Amino acid sequence: MRHVIQELAAQHSYQATQLLAILRAVQGRYHYIPAAAIEQLAELLNIPRTHIIGVVEFYSFFHLQPQGEYELLISDSITDQMLGKAELMAYLSERLQVPVGGVHADGVVSLDNTSCTGLCDQGPAGLVNGRALTRLDKAKIDQIADLISQRKPVAEWPAELFVVSDNIQKTALLLSQTVAPGAALQVVFSRGKAATLAALEQSGLRGRGGAGFKTAMKWRFCAEEADAVRYVVCNADEGEPGTFKDRVLLNRYAEQVFEGMTVCAALIGASQGFLYLRGEYLFLYEPLQAVLARRRVAGLLGNAILGQDFSFDISICLGAGAYICGEESALIESLEGKMGVPRNRPPYPVTHGYLGKPTVVNNVETFLAAAHIALNGGEGFASIGTDKSKGTKILSISGDCRRPGIYEYPFGTSVQTILNDCGADDVLGVQVGGPSGTFISAQELHRLLAFEDLATGGSFIIFNTRRNLLDIVNNFTHFFAHESCGFCTPCRVGTSLLKKQLDKIVSGHGSAGDVVALEELCQLVKNQSHCGLGQTAANPILTTLERFPEVYQSQLKKISYEPGFDLDAALETARRMANRNDPAAHLAQIEAEHD
Amino acid sequence: MTKTITLDGKAIPFADGQTIMQAATAAGVYIPHLCHHPEFTPHGSCKLCTVNVNGRNCSACTFPAAEGQDVLNNTQELNADRQKITQMLFVEGNHFCPSCEKTGNCQLQAVAYHLNMLDDHFPLFYPHRQMDASHPDVLIDHNRCIFCTLCVRASQQHDGKNVFAISGRGINKHLIVNAESGLLKDTDLAVTDKATHICPTGAIISKRTAYQVPIGQRVYDHQDIDAVSLATEQAHGE
Repeated sequence: MRHVIQELAAQHSYQATQLLAILRAVQGRYHYIPAAAIEQLAELLNIPRTHIIGVVEFYSFFHLQPQGEYELLISDSITDQMLGKAELMAYLSERLQVPVGGVHADGVVSLDNTSCTGLCDQGPAGLVNGRALTRLDKAKIDQIADLISQRKPVAEWPAELFVVSDNIQKTALLLSQTVAPGAALQVVFSRGKAATLAALEQSGLRGRGGAGFKTAMKWRFCAEEADAVRYVVCNADEGEPGTFKDRVLLNRYAEQVFEGMTVCAALIGASQGFLYLRGEYLFLYEPLQAVLARRRVAGLLGNAILGQDFSFDISICLGAGAYICGEESALIESLEGKMGVPRNRPPYPVTHGYLGKPTVVNNVETFLAAAHIALNGGEGFASIGTDKSKGTKILSISGDCRRPGIYEYPFGTSVQTILNDCGADDVLGVQVGGPSGTFISAQELHRLLAFEDLATGGSFIIFNTRRNLLDIVNNFTHFFAHESCGFCTPCRVGTSLLKKQLDKIVSGHGSAGDVVALEELCQLVKNQSHCGLGQTAANPILTTLERFPEVYQSQLKKISYEPGFDLDAALETARRMANRNDPAAHLAQIEAEHD
Repeated sequence: MTKTITLDGKAIPFADGQTIMQAATAAGVYIPHLCHHPEFTPHGSCKLCTVNVNGRNCSACTFPAAEGQDVLNNTQELNADRQKITQMLFVEGNHFCPSCEKTGNCQLQAVAYHLNMLDDHFPLFYPHRQMDASHPDVLIDHNRCIFCTLCVRASQQHDGKNVFAISGRGINKHLIVNAESGLLKDTDLAVTDKATHICPTGAIISKRTAYQVPIGQRVYDHQDIDAVSLATEQAHGE
């Protein structure tokens, strides 16, 4: 092992910023991060061992304890649940003889849940040693179990297990007319940088990750910084459950995304860019490297791009299972080889980003749109959409509809129009913008896709009236508790408390005061948390409580107070030890229950 | 002319580069805090020092003071939230004040008194946490750790060492020490290190000093934390 670690560190030039890449390789090879590897890496990278342990324990895909040679993870996103994930997971656990969250005694296979893998339009989905499995069913699970029992290497598994479809259902401005490689850059150089930035300004383009900061303004701020070293970062850590548009953009439109990044670099004066790709999209890594190589050959990356005095290149960095890294400052920390903990702001990344240098961080779709605007000018783009939301939005549609997939709409399109197009009826509600967004009910389908009405990063999950609202909210609330980075008190403790309090109500142990207590807690977590994760973690509860208070109320017991624990269940250990189960060995939760 | 911010309706001066916390402390105004210490880089994680700046919640310990700021600090609403955040810290760990040797000298306990916290409010987590008594002079009781990182920062920024770190994610966060064995005895921590004495709770304590000062004669037994905090932190020139 010493030799392997030495080689790995050398390949990554002994840079501590490369820690995630190195650990991904160690995990891939040994199926855990051995203590000896940590010791050796601490020496080689000249960082404390505690730094490495911190990173290993932070990211879901790294483990201090050995996992199976086959690391199987099944997506626990609500859309996978709706497609029968629970039953499949039970079947898989039974077939492989391994408990969920455990490793088989022979060390061959481990099985666990994972957060949304971005394959909501073709679930139930999973990962085996990092490679995406789609459309799982019992037959495929039998096949997988057989492959594992034959000890067939994952590289030799049948390709049909790993088919990922683009499912592009509706195209508009951006997806119907793509930018030929180099075309936008040519225009930038002929038109000039100032005029290009003006076009971007005129277009009204706002960040597509959901927050909606004006792109031209961000780029201008960065360009105006005194420091000569600047960076461009593309945020492809698409972790919001129900979002998968960036997966498709990077599979089908990567040239244009890279073109947009290069345009940005030209305008702000950056020579290095990064694509931060979520670990779940490992299958895109090699194809994307091939696109970058092609662009280098074509003179669109590297030195003297298109013969100009402009050098720029792009590296791809893979994440390792952490939703929080979609937050831009956490993403930058992760790029630097650290735990993905959001920074204190100010300063903002645009002045103090990667390695403390001015950095533009934008969403995949923002760069795609920027390339379009650089080529075609801002006017056409600005003529589409609403007053405050220009252009189009690419949606990832999943859940209860006949045609899930990718849809591009002008801003200002109504939810009802979208539902008609994707074949959804009998709608209970739609989760717009993912768990951190808004749950809208069937009474609000006239509402519009726009920053001024329903802002969204692109997640659009449809639920029909046969779905249980509280199951949905429960899934989302557990998701946030799992993904909280733990930095600040209100989110670290608050998301776990939200989970406990909601579980209490859902399991029928709630009483009159419990919904009020839940709502108070929601407000506290929302108002006091450090970053967007905590500030939106209570949204699933708050937005459904507002619309469906009766659903919550109907779960409550008709008493004024119910303790947070089950008294009788707490006596179970004592009953087993005493080997008795007579009526006197049981206690009612409250006296009234004796009547 | 001196630059000023408005803090609870009163103009207070600040110098460029000062945080709201620094300006407030210098002006003799206490803003509750646990993870902040004037000698070290602010961390901004405990969120007790949240103040409202022109309508937006910000951490006073990290947010730069600037002209035109109307800052709310000592309001009923903010203090109610601070009380709840303190309750969160209590239920997350295992804090049993009557049997803790830090009682009376504990900032978590003192802040709780200051905020008039009378119960835990939230359900207790009762996490299973370990103790590390391996070091001859210093003991870690993980039950009482609130992840403020003061020991991490004191070791790095004052002692010139790197003894402590926070590891894990979310509710599984925990304090780790820099030794292959994972034990405090195998680190280069000395009882004289600042990191040994900086813990606001009883998570890191010097051995054999527990009851040298009797209960009833300790720092916060007779003084509120606002007075103690201002007196010591103003001495640091904030």
